[in-house]
Amino acid sequence: MITGVEIENLALTRGDRLLFEGFSAQVSPGEAATLVGANGAGKTSILRCVAGFIRPHAGEVIFAGADPDEARGQGLHFVGHQDGLKSTRLARDELNFQSRWTGGSAAGVERAIETLALGPLMNLEVRKLSAGQRRRLALGRLIAAPRTLWLLDEPMAPLDTARRAMFGNLMAAHLAGGGMILAAVHDPLPVPARTLEVAG
Amino acid sequence: MNELATLFRRELALAWGRGGGPMLALPFYACIATLLPFAVGGDHAQLAPIATGISWLALALTSLLSLERLFERDFEDGALDLLALGAPSMVATCFIKCLAQWLATGAPLAIAAPIIALGLGAKPELWSLIFTSALLGGLGFAFTGGVGAALAIGSRRGGVLIAVIVLPLFVPPVIFGATAISQAADGLAWQSGFALLGAYSLASVALSPFAMAAACRNALS
Repeated sequence: MITGVEIENLALTRGDRLLFEGFSAQVSPGEAATLVGANGAGKTSILRCVAGFIRPHAGEVIFAGADPDEARGQGLHFVGHQDGLKSTRLARDELNFQSRWTGGSAAGVERAIETLALGPLMNLEVRKLSAGQRRRLALGRLIAAPRTLWLLDEPMAPLDTARRAMFGNLMAAHLAGGGMILAAVHDPLPVPARTLEVAG
Repeated sequence: MNELATLFRRELALAWGRGGGPMLALPFYACIATLLPFAVGGDHAQLAPIATGISWLALALTSLLSLERLFERDFEDGALDLLALGAPSMVATCFIKCLAQWLATGAPLAIAAPIIALGLGAKPELWSLIFTSALLGGLGFAFTGGVGAALAIGSRRGGVLIAVIVLPLFVPPVIFGATAISQAADGLAWQSGFALLGAYSLASVALSPFAMAAACRNALS
């Protein structure tokens, strides 16, 4: 169980290029933070670094209450531009797999279907879904498999107005339950969030 | 363990569904095995002694077929990110992926191997040895091949690169497997070749997942 994330003096490189250095931030339970900055400033890279995919050039990411392997294997969700959904499989199969893989139960999957109104999509192949529908399907695992820290990369972008409001309620509920959110955004999140500037 | 069972079912479903599994491998295997007699001449006396060798060569080549899809698809669509964030370790994840690859592609090929070999003129009483050695060799092909597939993640010409990385590593099982069968055909002791084939495959099963996991983590960064 993660009880806080601390990013200390982080520097990231992509290839030979230094994206930024000296980035520090902290997220505590019940708190949301948004990473803002120009395209290519390194917002996605910060999320991928917290998720453990990218090794920091300098500095470190510290999880309170869990060692890094435990935090990444059981404590956080990462939803990026690439949703990992297989286009030839049924939406139901993919939601089931993504949820079970991250520790969700059958009851959790049902809850996700209900909360995100995924019912009508369940028997469609993923390739028949629109961008917004795919995103909702990928967000399903956030609800089906409760994990403390949500790392979200432009989560709202493909969603319509009504779904944005719905997802806003979900984030508010997650924060109220002691969850944490770190999101890369261009438009502000519909929940109170601290803004962290990422400057190249 | 629950997660790994879920992953195993998904990998099997994908292998069957994505066209890279047995539906493609079996015809390909048959094509190669049919093509070679045309190249060396269809004379039975000429063909029968090399029948098992040809069937093993074709088996090794066919095993390369669906390797490109093993990790590359998951990398391209972001599923590899998700796999890295599961409770099971990346090593266990890679192990399960290769096991499913073996069951989806290697096992059907092992069933086809005796048919191909007998069609080329191998002795009928050899069928059980041909089947078991193809099954055992296929295990090694799947896991060793998985290392090549993981190393080639993100490269444009992945399929050719995998073949170049992996084919040299397929030399030992081809030697051991084909030797075991040809010795059995000559009435000699086949056990040593078979045992070495088993040793190769089991060593690959034990060691390859670590190499694959490291290559996957490297690809994600």
